[in-house]
Amino acid sequence: MIASKLMAGAAMLVLGMAAARAAEVDAAKIVREGNAKGAAPCSSCHGLDGAGQAAAGFPRLAGLNADYLAKQLHDFKRGLRSNPIMQPMSQALSDAEITATARYYAALPVPKASEPAADPTLIKKGEALFQHGNWSKGVPGCYQCHGPEGQGIGAHFPGIVPQSSTYVRNQIRDWKSGSRRNDPAGLMKSVAEHLSDDEAAAVAAYLASRGAK
Amino acid sequence: MTNTMLASCRTAAFVCLALLASHAFAAEAGGPPHFAPPEESAIPDNDFGAMIRLGENIFTHTPEYAPNNVGNGLSCVNCHLDRGRKAGSAPLWAAYVSYPAYRAKTKSVSTFEERLQGCFNYSMNGKAPPAGSKELTALVTYAYWLASGAPTGAKLAGAGYPKLPAPPQAPDFKRGAKVFEANCAICHGANGEGTKSGDRYAFPPLWGNDSFNWGAGMHRVDIAAAFIKANMPLGRGGSLSDQEAWDVAAFVDSHERPQDPRFNGSLAETQKHYHEENCSYGKQVNGQLLGSKSEPAGGRLRKQ
Repeated sequence: MIASKLMAGAAMLVLGMAAARAAEVDAAKIVREGNAKGAAPCSSCHGLDGAGQAAAGFPRLAGLNADYLAKQLHDFKRGLRSNPIMQPMSQALSDAEITATARYYAALPVPKASEPAADPTLIKKGEALFQHGNWSKGVPGCYQCHGPEGQGIGAHFPGIVPQSSTYVRNQIRDWKSGSRRNDPAGLMKSVAEHLSDDEAAAVAAYLASRGAK
Repeated sequence: MTNTMLASCRTAAFVCLALLASHAFAAEAGGPPHFAPPEESAIPDNDFGAMIRLGENIFTHTPEYAPNNVGNGLSCVNCHLDRGRKAGSAPLWAAYVSYPAYRAKTKSVSTFEERLQGCFNYSMNGKAPPAGSKELTALVTYAYWLASGAPTGAKLAGAGYPKLPAPPQAPDFKRGAKVFEANCAICHGANGEGTKSGDRYAFPPLWGNDSFNWGAGMHRVDIAAAFIKANMPLGRGGSLSDQEAWDVAAFVDSHERPQDPRFNGSLAETQKHYHEENCSYGKQVNGQLLGSKSEPAGGRLRKQ
């Protein structure tokens, strides 16, 4: 109990120091130009507006929780998320740069829907999963953790509306395979393991079809 | 074949088909009968269906749809998962066919309506909707519809929370605190305060003034342990060991919460009358005399 409190305290000190140094980082410059130490411009894949590139599966970052975004970069660094592009990128960013760029994207407005509407039957199926889950397999409705509009809840449960359907399907695949293993309490691994490929496609289509008006 | 024989065959065939088409009720040799509620799409598109939907909305978004009856931040669906449908999470369809019943809690026979009223007084720390009110009618209608085709008086598979055997070690607050930190705090908060999305709770508070009061069934460690084992963490029911479920139940149920509505001014007397077993009310746990600092029952409705 005491050891974990000390560790938590140390982590907060590090983050606090990172936050202080983050204020000195020109996040907009890194997003536009990269940091000249191996991190390419974030915008080249995620856009200056943070909407990402849906077809390529580069996720939208705009309006996501800053702590969530920072944790993803740290997790790429630590190998808890595997990605041949993001791993070297995250390793080239300092803690302060991670905090600053995360805050930059978090402050941007949530974009409109990710993709032109796919098959309406598929989207309807995805909506049913979003609202009601599939409890015959122990899968809760997405809204229960991600918010009634999929807008996200706090640092642990990111916004998912809108999000690239390719990206969503890839994450479900990666939780299933274990190549992404940074989900708190194994909650998403459990969901991913119990979704059929059809259900994953339906949910992904639904999440991509909605966004800011 | 004669005409009468043909007619009898047709009737028999029709009855067989009707039985097959009607519901998912099947008795397995040696076990309680299995039952599955109808699909959402089967709600009729008429006034009766509208009442079913109102009941479902009250059940799922209780503070919003029954604001005069809810004193805390909970919804029925917090403890009766999947809109009151989930087997092993005290589904409504199993409860509906179990009433009227004698209840040890009240030492009397309760109707289903009275049972629901109890939920509002205790679990919702609120004020029971009166008999004949729209809220109560809607909830009963929803439960009745979910139970379509279930045999009256049958104990159905999946009713209540599956009883959990006693753990190898007596439930422990400190061990429970570790289980809580590792598995529960991420949704329910480090201090059991829940997590809000806007001004509604996304993940319910487990203790404190916005949670269920000392009269609710969930304050009993055996009931909480059974619920947790089968249903928590959300989507990962069955992942905790029995010992972990008991320990974390003891931990959750050893924090202060609003007072039992039956409190008569004396903690010792209320404890003796209503809290003799399976709970920590009136006991010293972790330096707190539980029930001694409870705010009066009723929550936000008290201020009205």
